[in-house]
Amino acid sequence: MSEIVINIKKLSKAYDLGRISSGTLSRDLSSAWARFREKQDPNAPITTVDNLNKLNGSNRLWALKDINLQIKSGEILGIIGKNGAGKSTLLKILSRITSPTKGEVKIMGKLASLLEIGIGFHPELTGRENIYLNGAIMGMTKREIKNRLEQIIDFSGIETYIDTPVKRYSSGMGVRLGFSVAAHLDPDILLVDEVLAVGDAEFRKKCIEKMNNISAVGRTIIFVSHNMAAIKQLCNNCIHIQHGSIIDIGKPDMVINNYLKNTETMSDLISSKSFNLKRHKDIQLISAVCLDERSIETKIFNYENEITIELTYLLRNKIPGVFVFVDFHDIDGNLVLTTCSNDNEIDPIASLSNEKTIIQIRFPQKLLREGRYSVSTWIGTNQGISHWIIDEHLNMIVFEVVDNSTLIGDQRKGLLGPILKWNRI
Amino acid sequence: MNRKFHKWDLIITPYRGWFELHLDDIWRYRDLLWIIVKRNFTTFYKQTILGPLWFFIQPFLSTIVFTIIFHRVAKIPTGELPPILFYMSGIIAWNYFSGCLISTSGTFTANADLFGKIYFPRIIVPISEVISGLAKFGVQLIMFLGFYFYYIAMGDEQINPSFQTLLLLPLMIIQMAFLGQGLGMIISSLTSKYRDLSYLMSFGTQLLMYASPIVYPLSIVPEKYRYIIVLNPMTPIIEGFRQALVGKGHLDMSMFLYSLMFTITAFILGLLMFNKVEKTFVDTV
Repeated sequence: MSEIVINIKKLSKAYDLGRISSGTLSRDLSSAWARFREKQDPNAPITTVDNLNKLNGSNRLWALKDINLQIKSGEILGIIGKNGAGKSTLLKILSRITSPTKGEVKIMGKLASLLEIGIGFHPELTGRENIYLNGAIMGMTKREIKNRLEQIIDFSGIETYIDTPVKRYSSGMGVRLGFSVAAHLDPDILLVDEVLAVGDAEFRKKCIEKMNNISAVGRTIIFVSHNMAAIKQLCNNCIHIQHGSIIDIGKPDMVINNYLKNTETMSDLISSKSFNLKRHKDIQLISAVCLDERSIETKIFNYENEITIELTYLLRNKIPGVFVFVDFHDIDGNLVLTTCSNDNEIDPIASLSNEKTIIQIRFPQKLLREGRYSVSTWIGTNQGISHWIIDEHLNMIVFEVVDNSTLIGDQRKGLLGPILKWNRI
Repeated sequence: MNRKFHKWDLIITPYRGWFELHLDDIWRYRDLLWIIVKRNFTTFYKQTILGPLWFFIQPFLSTIVFTIIFHRVAKIPTGELPPILFYMSGIIAWNYFSGCLISTSGTFTANADLFGKIYFPRIIVPISEVISGLAKFGVQLIMFLGFYFYYIAMGDEQINPSFQTLLLLPLMIIQMAFLGQGLGMIISSLTSKYRDLSYLMSFGTQLLMYASPIVYPLSIVPEKYRYIIVLNPMTPIIEGFRQALVGKGHLDMSMFLYSLMFTITAFILGLLMFNKVEKTFVDTV
């Protein structure tokens, strides 16, 4: 019988925006002086209309509002939601990195968090020394690490380099080593934030297997990800957080479908979209458009037409290890296919120059069956041993495919609709 | 898990009282403490040509420079002691204190990235610095003793270690560690909000050094200004340190007790402030 291992009651977290310290004493004093004289604070952030909605006239931004949640042992809970919805804040409170503003959390058992892989790795130390350092930072005792050292090294698959300084490692090797340590933490509750998006496919599979094994012995996992497929594969429960509140809870399939339906309004077709310039981003998408074979902007394609997605990127600073992936979802929220810039022998994103670059992704004809499809895209980097989403756009484009050319037409089921050859032998 | 009643291992609430220090957490993470101490030590001289020799070079060169500038050029008396012993004893003691102070005061700003990714008792970091500093201090003390016995062997009759004060030596070393860490924790708690203080740190410690009897003996400070130097809690420690080892130095019990009380107060205040700040500092950096 499973019991409750995490009990979250009325948990809220606020960030004070206007009154937060500016970082230097002189500016704080000038702000205080201005408030004292009832003048406008010279250091107050300029409030845009967009922010006003969030702030509701006050200077407090509620990153989490009244979260109530009970998590049972053996549960693998997926957390989904847009960037800035409060997912990471929740993990940070659970892992004691920051404190809540209101409410309380009760935890039973040993909790370990994995917000980043290879935390505290020191480049000058060898792989073996870093296993001890990283393991101890994550709460293992020396004895525990020693007992599991063989398994950790074995799991990482880098025995040959274990006594080489980590600065000589490739980023992939660092990730392998970091995850191996994490996988042998043996906590009662494990918090995982978007770390499975790194590493090669084989290693990713190994990680998912490992996480399944962990939960099979009654351990609890809380897993935040943008990767809907991984959540479906791994989790037995799922919550959707929006603007700091839990708006949906239930089986992953259901919550994910609602999430995708909710965030997109697939009722409207969108053939192109452009985005505001964000100067703080090293790289960003500035526009996306759907084109037909004659390079004309199109919303509705014929099954026999080629479909081209044209993405325009603006690069401000070069980032190592940058790549882009594009997801296509159908109207039921199924992920139809994913394409990634580093599928290509020469990654067109990694070789961007310091300017605007136009990338075209071409769909062969007769691949997508009749229906509506939404396009989402992410820019990520596997730089170093951490993994970041730099720029994210969900369901930015919605296009439709109409099949008038096959006999079965709109009656075709399945995710894809390619024409296969039938041969009589 | 057959526990009939829920017994929670951890309860996270918004506020933590000033005196909820969770010192048992430090014990739970003691292995981490040792691993970090070891890391501080091994990474100190990786990729350097001279390696561990660096522990000796800095205090040795400072001693030479001080001897030339303050003794030869400025002609500041060092009592009857050989200037090398006089300056070196002051320098290695001061180095330990200022090392503890500077490394502790940077705890939050230097580790913001790490602290934002994982929880462990934050105080582990400054404690590890103090312990690795102690090892460095020990090594330098051995170098000092090398010169010390050299002068004794050369028949210098001014060296008369005071055995009574020698008994206080371990206490004074601990006191330097606690004073450095206590003041450092106060400053680190304040720098997590106000960066100004970190600029003040390096030159502030330098000023404080000249307010300590390192380049001059307390006995030559005019009576009128002596109280300023004596108010500096490091003064009795440096003087006591010299008195213990070479028998020259001005230390009375009231000075020492004042310094001890100052240390205890600074340490407790630092600990409380540090504890308060560590909970939410990630939100302000």
